[in-house]
Amino acid sequence: MTAIEIDRVSRWFGNVVAVNDVSMSVGPGVTGLLGPNGAGKSTLIHMMAGFLATSAGTVTLDGVPVWHNEAVYRRIGLVPEREAMYDFLTGWQFTLANAKLHGLPDPGAAAQRALETVEMTAAKDRALGTYSKGMKQRVKMAAALVHEPAVLLLDEPFNGMDPRQRLQLMALIRRMGADGRTVLFSSHILEEVEQVASHIEVVVAGRHAASGDFRAIRRLMIDRPHVFLIRSSDDRQLAAALIADPSTASVELDGRERALRVHAVDFPRFVAQLPRLAGEHGLRLYEVAPSDESLESVFSYLVAS
Amino acid sequence: MNTVLNPTIAAITWRAMVGRRRALLLLALPAVLLLFAIVLRATGVSDAEVSEGVLGAFALGTLVPLLGLIIGTGVISPEIDDGSIVYVLAKPLSRPTIVLTKLIVATACIAVFAALPTLIAGLIMAGNEQGLAVAYGVGTLIGGIAYCAVFILLGVVTKHAAVAGLIYALIWETLIGGYVPGARTLSIQQWAVSLTSALAADGAVTANVRLGVSVTLLVVVTVAATVYAGQRLRSLTLTDQE
Repeated sequence: MTAIEIDRVSRWFGNVVAVNDVSMSVGPGVTGLLGPNGAGKSTLIHMMAGFLATSAGTVTLDGVPVWHNEAVYRRIGLVPEREAMYDFLTGWQFTLANAKLHGLPDPGAAAQRALETVEMTAAKDRALGTYSKGMKQRVKMAAALVHEPAVLLLDEPFNGMDPRQRLQLMALIRRMGADGRTVLFSSHILEEVEQVASHIEVVVAGRHAASGDFRAIRRLMIDRPHVFLIRSSDDRQLAAALIADPSTASVELDGRERALRVHAVDFPRFVAQLPRLAGEHGLRLYEVAPSDESLESVFSYLVAS
Repeated sequence: MNTVLNPTIAAITWRAMVGRRRALLLLALPAVLLLFAIVLRATGVSDAEVSEGVLGAFALGTLVPLLGLIIGTGVISPEIDDGSIVYVLAKPLSRPTIVLTKLIVATACIAVFAALPTLIAGLIMAGNEQGLAVAYGVGTLIGGIAYCAVFILLGVVTKHAAVAGLIYALIWETLIGGYVPGARTLSIQQWAVSLTSALAADGAVTANVRLGVSVTLLVVVTVAATVYAGQRLRSLTLTDQE
């Protein structure tokens, strides 16, 4: 059983705090590191992979510090976010080189196995420079898997992939987790994370915002207060009906927008009640739009709670 | 794994150096030198004195600093810039071994693209009269290695290695070294000249720095730059966007 322990880790660059006092433990299975862009996910992964020193706190792999410790790479596989590889090498040459750099006893067999795992044997003799984004991602994965690491770290692995490639990679990551590896990947898309990860860690603005399985995280996100902008045939009458219902906390007549701004505290009840109330009062709904559905606002709610 | 050279890194580095457009860049300068030598020979103006002038000013004075810069930064900077070095660094490899391997590949490039052409150009112009061709061949090789060691270190410590290297070679060695004699003591080029002078016939090449000082500084700078680059590579940070 292999675990990465992040203990009260902070990282700042000049006077910008990228990661702020984060503690988490990443164990076997698939963990999703979820957060908006710029939340500090990459910074965290770089610190876990030994490519960035912490400003405070420690990152250890089974009790051993990862910073300034080249030996940890026997047990860590890293799939970086950046695309750059050695474009003049073929997929096979690149994977084989990675196996050789690990000093494996049979690098050829290891490279072959890794390429089979990511289903890239058919294109292995083409130069990396000719690969599509999804193929590059899979070869990067093969390079990270050649030495059968106990820990696999993936930085935004789904970025820029088409839906089919995405499904393939999801299946692959799930399989890695089912094999008992400690797999951590970052993403800014909740749907992506909940389809793959059994455990989710949420970071927002450098802080550890939430932790748990995807049901718990989803509930946190659904149950937060929602703000809706509503236009109807009679806004004032609708406002009266809505405020009488316990699913709302406030209703505001927005004169400038010529619409209602409704603060819903019980989301499931609100979405059920709204059409019913409108029907009862003979009102027509012209527009119902969530006004704070951006991921940013979802995440900032999580941080505030 | 504390070896001197990692063959896998060496092979990839070599391919990256000579495989693409950079190879043309590396070939251009020695080609000009050789062409120049052939023209001088063909027109019958070449003798030991002319040969010394060409090798001193062009081979050692221009070719070696520029190739040292292109090769020294070329073996490591592009990988650090585009992040592909992560595939080398995320391995249980000693960082000094990585740097030493880069230096050895750079040395091979210097030998092929600078030292060998210098030797051949010298032989074309004046045979090995006064030992000039061989002396300059060795001088360019040793000087080139020192340049590469320094420029590899620059590649590890700064994203602006090429600019920093150009400033050193052009401003410090050529401009300041040209007017301020004292600055020549701290010039790789002058150390190489001094070594060349010692290898050639007496009086054939004028040295500005004493041989003992030059050899010592060449060794110290090369070793220190390489050791320090290995240390700095251990702390190489990959975060560039945040």
